[in-house]
Amino acid sequence: MNQRITIVGAGIVGAACARALVRAGARVTVVEARFPGGGATAAGMGHVVVMDDSPAQLALTKRSRDLWQVLAEELPPEAEWRRTGTLWVAADDDEVAEAARKQEVLAAAGVASRQLDAAELAAAEPTLRAGLAGGLLVPDDGVVYPPPVAAWLLAEAVRGGARVIRTAAVVSVAGEDLAPGCVRLTDGRTLAGDAVVVAVGTATPRLVPGVPLRPRKGHLVITDRVPGFATHQLIELGYVKRAHDVGTDSVAFNVQPRATGQLLVGSSRQVDDDTRDIDPAMLQRMLDRCLAYMPELAGVSALRTWTGLRAATPDGLPLVGPWGEMPGVWLATGHEGLGITTSLGTAELVAHGLCGAPTTLDPLPFLAARCGLAEGVAHG
Amino acid sequence: MAERRGRVVTDVLVIGGGPAGIAAACTAAEAGLRVDVIDDNPTAGGQIWRGGPGGGAPAATAWLARLARSGASLHRATTVIDVMPQEGGPPAIATHAAAGVGVWQARTIVLATGTRERFLPFPGWTLPGVVGAGGLQALVKQGLDVRGRRIVIAGTGPLLLAVAELLVERGATVMAVAEQAGLLRLVRGAAAIIGHPAKLMQAARIRRAIGPVLRTGTFPLAVRREGNAVVVTLASGPSGRERRDDIPCDLFACGFGLVPNVEIARALGCELHAGGIAVDGFGATTVSGVLAAGECTGVGGVDKALVEGRIAGLVAAGRRDQAGPLLREQCRWRRFAALLDRTFVLDRRLAHLAASDTVVCRCEDVAAGRLACHRSWREAKLMTRIGMGPCQGRVCGPAAETLFGWSPDDVRPPFSPTPLGHLG
Amino acid sequence: MDDRVEQASVRLTIDGVVVEAAAGTSVAAAILNREGATAWHVRRSVSGAARGPLCGMGICFECRATVDGLTHVKTCQLPVRAGMEVHTDG
Repeated sequence: MNQRITIVGAGIVGAACARALVRAGARVTVVEARFPGGGATAAGMGHVVVMDDSPAQLALTKRSRDLWQVLAEELPPEAEWRRTGTLWVAADDDEVAEAARKQEVLAAAGVASRQLDAAELAAAEPTLRAGLAGGLLVPDDGVVYPPPVAAWLLAEAVRGGARVIRTAAVVSVAGEDLAPGCVRLTDGRTLAGDAVVVAVGTATPRLVPGVPLRPRKGHLVITDRVPGFATHQLIELGYVKRAHDVGTDSVAFNVQPRATGQLLVGSSRQVDDDTRDIDPAMLQRMLDRCLAYMPELAGVSALRTWTGLRAATPDGLPLVGPWGEMPGVWLATGHEGLGITTSLGTAELVAHGLCGAPTTLDPLPFLAARCGLAEGVAHG
Repeated sequence: MAERRGRVVTDVLVIGGGPAGIAAACTAAEAGLRVDVIDDNPTAGGQIWRGGPGGGAPAATAWLARLARSGASLHRATTVIDVMPQEGGPPAIATHAAAGVGVWQARTIVLATGTRERFLPFPGWTLPGVVGAGGLQALVKQGLDVRGRRIVIAGTGPLLLAVAELLVERGATVMAVAEQAGLLRLVRGAAAIIGHPAKLMQAARIRRAIGPVLRTGTFPLAVRREGNAVVVTLASGPSGRERRDDIPCDLFACGFGLVPNVEIARALGCELHAGGIAVDGFGATTVSGVLAAGECTGVGGVDKALVEGRIAGLVAAGRRDQAGPLLREQCRWRRFAALLDRTFVLDRRLAHLAASDTVVCRCEDVAAGRLACHRSWREAKLMTRIGMGPCQGRVCGPAAETLFGWSPDDVRPPFSPTPLGHLG
Repeated sequence: MDDRVEQASVRLTIDGVVVEAAAGTSVAAAILNREGATAWHVRRSVSGAARGPLCGMGICFECRATVDGLTHVKTCQLPVRAGMEVHTDG
């Protein structure tokens, strides 16, 4: 083994890959132009959640969540890991049926969950409005504060021998004058290597033209401290339906209690808007949706609002694996709203693909070769 | 934000109801324009003309009466929370008041946002009873009773003496005024004030009032509580050989100069110069349709604020040709502002007063020891949560800049906490 | 509200104790004017340390108290009103 691997980007995905590759015996260099966890990693909710939009997504998020549970014991206090559980909220009978279906699918995958009726829902979360139909509690989901986790993962990689370059950025990963696995930096240096892992989210097409990623902007609001206002991460069961179609703008009720007692209020999706400006109309739509589920939010103060850019693929699954058009280039990107959760499963897949490290996951659904996106080359 | 609410269309929106804002508003309104002034306090006057149960200064009363007659509309207890770019004019301004969010569209915006105090951390600075120098002045004007209280004042700037004078007037005992600037620098500064006779007389009057309690080249090392008393440790003398002095008191008022409030200016895209909003001789910022006046362009006192406010009002009214006589006065006060800057430069030791466990970010309780390893404000913010509290770095940002050399981020909307029900 | 001073007195309740303050006094000043060693303990920091007002002008958020049921109210920018109920967290 002893492959030389360059990782582009020290967000949570890149940092997790660095740690996994070092543990698999590779010689790793990470290039991060700013600082670990400063991009999309810092902009999201930090929700570690099992999602079942597809069998592959279910497998990836379940495996990842298991890995988070192990990692949680080592994380520093700044990571604020908490097993809050996710409470999927049903507004009507259709959504109650969806909750039942979800419970079965999760159970088949070994993920514990419990249906709540209207009374149990109200008891679990008294600030939800009256008249909701019930919910599904997934108790082992959790919440984390991602930037210190990315920093910690990277520090672990460095402890294992990885090198980090923070004085330059990667300007190209392929070209006539660049051997496969090498990268060129902004300071003119060339880093030699056997493979490159590109983990830069929505910036990926700049380095790897043709990668089918579209930015999907989201808004978030963080509130003043209101301890006890909510206990679980709360999401409407309509979330998946609303978020599914990449081409449409959507909002969905999504509220998270943080360890600090503040609430994170979301969520919204707008495709192809890659500016970071707040969209007032979208923000208002999102808040209206949340106020409809939790009217008492009206009196809670917003401290700050911001946006983040999710990297979305056409089928909603991340791109993890070789990019056939550029020998030596691997992708670890396209995680849409699940980058924090699936960072650990992604890292396991990358270490498996490049170094033969063990994984319980099937890599096939995440290869770029699917849907004729590009010719993937298996690496064993 | 809140586009579905009606927006107010006006000629001139003045942000800030202190001397500069009032002068700009009067001037523009008297020229026949529609003028709206917004201020986040319950009464107009800003800091230096702060109203309260004790009444205001005579100059303040006269200008406020003039404002009332001018036809300008004053909107109190109203805070700017966001700016929204517009076609063909300066950005619209979103505000929050008790009734909810409002949106203002003006042909000209005049920023008169003033300054706030610079706080630097030292052991004990977060104890109750340790307050800003300007902070204590504000609280006293708001009705705080200081009769019979023993008070130590420290930090830097002419504000310290003004606060001392007010406290003595209100029956307090000022135990010490510790100005960190050295005697030589102060004397040089005082010599230059010869050019400003009114200021010289003011300084002499203050000196008489507070007696021999002024200590120069003296700064706070730490403060602690002993029973009901506050004990301030002051240090003076050359680096490494400082003399220390413990002074028991009831309140400790400490502030290290003034920092222009440039958050709204930055959100509008205005460039800064030397920490204040960059303006030309006619108050124009680098953003078309946005003027700025007063302390927010540079700390120079009420006279600079008034003349810059009047010039901005004339420019907003399309009468910049009438500004001629005012330009010379403006020049004089801008030179005075530069003099203040030079005189009250911060001693290097002030950046090293904090111990490893001294809180730097009061909102999030982030101590100095956790911060030093980071290379930028943004990195420190994400990793430690400094600046993520309600003040969004207004208190800890200038401290971090002095301690670590970081340039703080822009404040994010809403610039002030706003109920979600009003944003939705 | 009128900017002119009216030397009327206002009665309000702070932590269950009735106090009198001149009209135009800020709630912060009324809190600090109380008798007792803990008059300046207005709130608790996120790690539980006692805190009091710092800036007096609405930017430090250390003067926040619960006023008439509303939490996190900046008391240095709020004039006293007859019958107000203020609860500090000191």
